[in-house]
Amino acid sequence: PPSAPVPRHRIPQIPLNPARASRASPAMAAAILRRLSPAAAQRAPPRLLPPTLARGVSDSTEPLTVETSVPFTSHIVDPPSRDVSTTPRELAAAFRDMALMRRAEIAADSLYKAKLIRGFCHLYDGQEAVAVGMEAAITRRDAIITAYRDHCLYLARGGDLVAAFAELMGRVDGCSRGKGGSMHFYKKDANFYGGHGIVGAQVPLGCGLAFAQRYRKEGTVTFDLYGDGAANQGQLFEALNMAALWKLPVILVCENNHYGMGTAEWKASKSPAYYKRGDYVPGLKV
Amino acid sequence: GYSSAAKEITVRDALNSALDEEMSADPSVFLMGEEVGEYQGAYKITKGLLDKYGPDRVLDTPITEAGFTGIGVGAAYQGLRPVIEFMTFNFSMQAIDHIINSAAKSNYMSAGQINVPIVFRGPNGAAAGVGAQHSQCYAAWFAHVPGLKVLAPYSSEDARGLLKAAIRDPDPVVFLENELLYGESFPVSDEVLDSSFALPIGKAKIEREGKDVTITAFSKMVGYALQAAEILSKEGISAEVINLRSIRPLDRAAINASVRKTNRLVTLEEGFPQHGVGAEICMSVVEESFEYLDAPIERIAGADVPMPYAANLERLAVPQIEDIVRAARRACYRALPMTATA
Repeated sequence: PPSAPVPRHRIPQIPLNPARASRASPAMAAAILRRLSPAAAQRAPPRLLPPTLARGVSDSTEPLTVETSVPFTSHIVDPPSRDVSTTPRELAAAFRDMALMRRAEIAADSLYKAKLIRGFCHLYDGQEAVAVGMEAAITRRDAIITAYRDHCLYLARGGDLVAAFAELMGRVDGCSRGKGGSMHFYKKDANFYGGHGIVGAQVPLGCGLAFAQRYRKEGTVTFDLYGDGAANQGQLFEALNMAALWKLPVILVCENNHYGMGTAEWKASKSPAYYKRGDYVPGLKV
Repeated sequence: GYSSAAKEITVRDALNSALDEEMSADPSVFLMGEEVGEYQGAYKITKGLLDKYGPDRVLDTPITEAGFTGIGVGAAYQGLRPVIEFMTFNFSMQAIDHIINSAAKSNYMSAGQINVPIVFRGPNGAAAGVGAQHSQCYAAWFAHVPGLKVLAPYSSEDARGLLKAAIRDPDPVVFLENELLYGESFPVSDEVLDSSFALPIGKAKIEREGKDVTITAFSKMVGYALQAAEILSKEGISAEVINLRSIRPLDRAAINASVRKTNRLVTLEEGFPQHGVGAEICMSVVEESFEYLDAPIERIAGADVPMPYAANLERLAVPQIEDIVRAARRACYRALPMTATA
């Protein structure tokens, strides 16, 4: 947790605690009820939110600057500015996507416990911001590759929600026609290359995607995702060495959820400063 | 007019010319491996290609098979056509996860979205005096896996035609060469020397026709089988030698047609016997041509022991021509000399 005091945001804080929000006066509640027709009163439960909170989500494209809650820490490179320019529409879309991903992963968890999803089911709830934040910075011509915690990366790349669930349940309408399963989602037309079950294997593969991008002089990049468990794999350092030698346009992204399979990070990694593990390669802690 | 002498080229030159022509025809073909560039190739197979195509297309790698094989497969996901060289296939074990799990299975797991047009090539099997860790034959290992094609050339024509076919193939191909064959010369026709030449994958070649016993072989053992057939012909046994060329897919039709003709089979390979190529050929014949067999199938393979170093032990650990001759005689019920039955 950050030790610095939480800085003042420039977006007004909206109290989202429903208990607090619904503490409207009885007179106001009665006024709202009177405005509802009898039929509506029977259909919908009375809303006790004060009118000022009942407003639509902004789709404004006015530029907006947000200061990140913590500064970036970097390794042999200058950290980027804490000010991020965005728009209300973009933020609202990001929130919607993350909320959808969260709901999808929780639903997948329920299906898995009901044995309607078989084998493995690696969930991304808690990590949604990585997928959504990355997408905001790149195009669909850039490439993404990850390991087996791939449901939300597939969705972020434009994958179909129903196709994802169909795949999890082994149906022919699944994104891999039921032949892949949870760990093998792909979307080649959006440059999403899976979907890999062997811990760490995706790291050299991602460097290979970047190799092709450089070979063809496309000007695009590859985001090569892996976890804190895979960070110790030898093939990662082999691939990183070649990526540095050949100047491949690849960004290795370590999603640190502090567990590699069932083993806690402190028992598996001598150095938890994954952003420094590149040694001669610049790193950023986000 | 007169017919000019057939041109002869070494297997080394056949491979080099095939790589050269395919790189020239398709700019997405590139080479990657240890010593393939500046050193001109550990066995000089890639000689001259760095000068001709430049360092962006002929890449010298560090000694990191897992890393560069993964990078090659990733490049193939994006549609490039890498040719990855293993200095010998013994080192492919460092990268076998990428060959099997990242390359071979991807087309199936992605339901056809991803195809991997990659070639893994290099010398396979025993060399001379290089010891246990540098002498293994991996044909059976790779041929076990659905999603891989596995080729094993013998002659210069095989080398050119099969390597070109492998590079043009949209799926992963394991191309098993043999170090001791690199320097051997074979006659080649003009058709073989043409840049459009390619051999079909999955088709064996009848190197020598015969009617008494079928001998299947691949790579260097084809030469041994041909020499054994020559010896056998002097004893009145006409051996048919099949050069498999393709281990996966195996040309089961050709093998079975031959066995239905000769009624006897000897399978020959250099690798370890258990779960080897010969075991698969035997089962194929039992499944499809059992009634045609007049004798049990004979299997000649390397000894079931890590390759020893001492020259006399090494000779005992790989099949020799006398072993093939003896096996063929056994299959023909000629194991004992005629006088012994009196």
